[in-house]
Amino acid sequence: MLFRSVARQAAPLRRSAFAPLARRSVTTDAASSHAENIPQEDDKPFTVRLSDESFETYELDPPPYTLETTKKELKQMYYDMVSIRRMEMAADRLYKEKKIRGFCHLSTGQEAVAVGIEHAINRADKVITAYRCHGFALMRGGTVRSIIGELLGRREGIAYGKGGSMHMFAENFYGGNGIVGAQVPVGAGLAFAQQYTEQPNTSIILYGDGASNQGQVFEAFNMAKLWNLPALFGCENNKYGMGTSASRSSALTEYYKRGQYIPGLKVNGMDVLATKAAVQYGKDYAVSGKGPLVFEYVTYRYGGHSMSDPGTTYRSREEIQRMRSTNDPIAGLKQKMLEWGVTSEEELKSIDKSARSHVDEEVATAEAMAVPDNTSRILFEDIYVRGSEPRWMRGRTVDETFYY
Amino acid sequence: MAAPRLFRPAARLLSSRLASSSLRPALPHSACAHSILRSRGYATESGVKEVTVRDALNEALAEELESNQKTFILGEEVAQYNGAYKVTRGLLDRFGPKRVIDTPITEAGFCGLAVGAALAGLHPICEFMTFNFAMQAIDQIINSAAKTHYMSGGIQPCNITFRGPNGFAAGVAAQHSQDYSAWYGSIPGLKVVSPWSSEDAKGLLKAAIRDPNPVVVLENELMYGLSFPMSEAAQKSDFVLPIGKAKVERPGKDLTIVSISRCVGQSLAAATQLKQKYGVEAEVINLRSVKPLDVETIIASLKKTGRLMVVESSYPMFGLSSEILALSMEYGFDYLTAPAVRVTGAEVPTPYAAGLENLAFPQEDTVVGQAAKLLRL
Repeated sequence: MLFRSVARQAAPLRRSAFAPLARRSVTTDAASSHAENIPQEDDKPFTVRLSDESFETYELDPPPYTLETTKKELKQMYYDMVSIRRMEMAADRLYKEKKIRGFCHLSTGQEAVAVGIEHAINRADKVITAYRCHGFALMRGGTVRSIIGELLGRREGIAYGKGGSMHMFAENFYGGNGIVGAQVPVGAGLAFAQQYTEQPNTSIILYGDGASNQGQVFEAFNMAKLWNLPALFGCENNKYGMGTSASRSSALTEYYKRGQYIPGLKVNGMDVLATKAAVQYGKDYAVSGKGPLVFEYVTYRYGGHSMSDPGTTYRSREEIQRMRSTNDPIAGLKQKMLEWGVTSEEELKSIDKSARSHVDEEVATAEAMAVPDNTSRILFEDIYVRGSEPRWMRGRTVDETFYY
Repeated sequence: MAAPRLFRPAARLLSSRLASSSLRPALPHSACAHSILRSRGYATESGVKEVTVRDALNEALAEELESNQKTFILGEEVAQYNGAYKVTRGLLDRFGPKRVIDTPITEAGFCGLAVGAALAGLHPICEFMTFNFAMQAIDQIINSAAKTHYMSGGIQPCNITFRGPNGFAAGVAAQHSQDYSAWYGSIPGLKVVSPWSSEDAKGLLKAAIRDPNPVVVLENELMYGLSFPMSEAAQKSDFVLPIGKAKVERPGKDLTIVSISRCVGQSLAAATQLKQKYGVEAEVINLRSVKPLDVETIIASLKKTGRLMVVESSYPMFGLSSEILALSMEYGFDYLTAPAVRVTGAEVPTPYAAGLENLAFPQEDTVVGQAAKLLRL
């Protein structure tokens, strides 16, 4: 049995595969995060102490600063985050090779939010987000090949080549909405349905710091509180709505307080363990009938808003570099796992390798997929539920009218 | 499954590429004939009773709430107030606050919420106090409800009904007097119906609620209080009308008048006048559905009469009647013996003063006058 008691401060700096770790900044500091009595078995639970700066609360008792987990789960979280990053990097490459069309919004740097949430909920819980949705689609059960296939406009893509980057759906994953803020009342509706059908589940409703100023976000807050819906609203605050920094768009940048009459919880969204602990706490809160919460996941996107944005006109390269080197969610988890003796450098390397090779294989598979046949049958399918279509839909000309 | 191509596009005649395709100008009349048999001439038949459009809608809602637990209705003042126009009267008492839900005045919010509930598998009925207020929520209707099924590659249906009064009322001026049939009718992924009579109201609303797609039901406030005979069949809880099927309300041989919602009544009255004044037999088609549009019935009638007039009360430009005129040229050009014409609302924000308001919308004499001109009477 390997017992280790490691105070974060005492730990030597380690070189990671991603970036050298320096001292962490305040909001994402994992200074006091530690774990003791790590069992040898992969699936035996043990308790992790979260950083004192994991949460800030608004009209809410803070969640416990401890999290029960297993070595297996920590490794899975690490694997998931590495997979998302590798997949987003592949999308970045394919976009630059002009194989991906249109808009493409990557979540590099924000992986801990999608992974932390998924590890806190189960498959019967519902998730809805905006257009930065690749990581969530993967976490909700989409495969890398189907997601990349969709980006490439392939027939075997997750939406059969009809949705593209912004519109991905899976069971209990509702997109993928391209209209900033529109997913928030829709998400409240998901929670409404859970309450209506008396399911002991919650709906995770994500939006960005930019979307947080949309009127319908507040309309959704109002109804969710009024009707006590099991809704966990969550602002993924990556500091910029496109190129407008939070302070230039929002009169109150403490997004977790913006529910006013809804308790709020700010989470270090660069820390996958804090994210998981917060969402787990939120789910218990919502399912027990206490109503909605407003989360703020403090995070950072390394890339531009979309592929057409270099991401450097409204923020400095130094800022990006500093976040990458001091707050990276993958490097952060890696360092903890090593310090706690959950795993070894060698094992992490092999996890890295298997995640990357899996993604690379899937991307290759996706690239080999066929595009949809350019036929009117494919063009016009699924506008309406099958069997309930109008008898015909008009094409570009009368001759091209398609008859179901 | 290839549906038979029942009507003949004129363009197809011009296309040598399609010359070999079978042209079947004949139209099976079964559905129309069926409707004609149940037309208003039988009002005295035993079992037929007079029902207002409001009560017909109420009955449809009650029956669907009764038979399907996934169905609920939400909107402003639908529950305790019994509906701004009393369409939902008594539903709260009967089905309780879980199924009949008063919302705050927050159209984008409650419409989006209803869409979310539909995506999660429920069958919401989202009432707008009037469709004028649905402009606040039109993004949710179009981008979230109508497009999601297609964008998801067919894995995410959205069974939702949007309903409420549409078009002008009486003396409510410009912001509350707009017809949205062309707006919603242009969106692939939506179905749009607009009832005229009580049977229409009940049958179409029930069909809309049962349809697995998002359906917009455009009612008319001025019709709510009017009574129509309702057949025994229509009084039953299994009565539904097919979406996308028009009804020939009055058969005729000299002129086809295509109309919808309140204008159907005006068109029928105008047809009576045309008969009295000129001995002309006008065929009046009640469209019932805006999308899908029953082009077959229109063209079949046009083939018989050779003349087409569309009567509806929305803005004239880029509207429902523009579309029908374009379709008549594409599919019925060879049958037209005179240019098709339209009677619509005027191109003006609706004025308040009664006389000006009358000038802004089709009146019976507008229809009669235009028909006489078309027929060179």
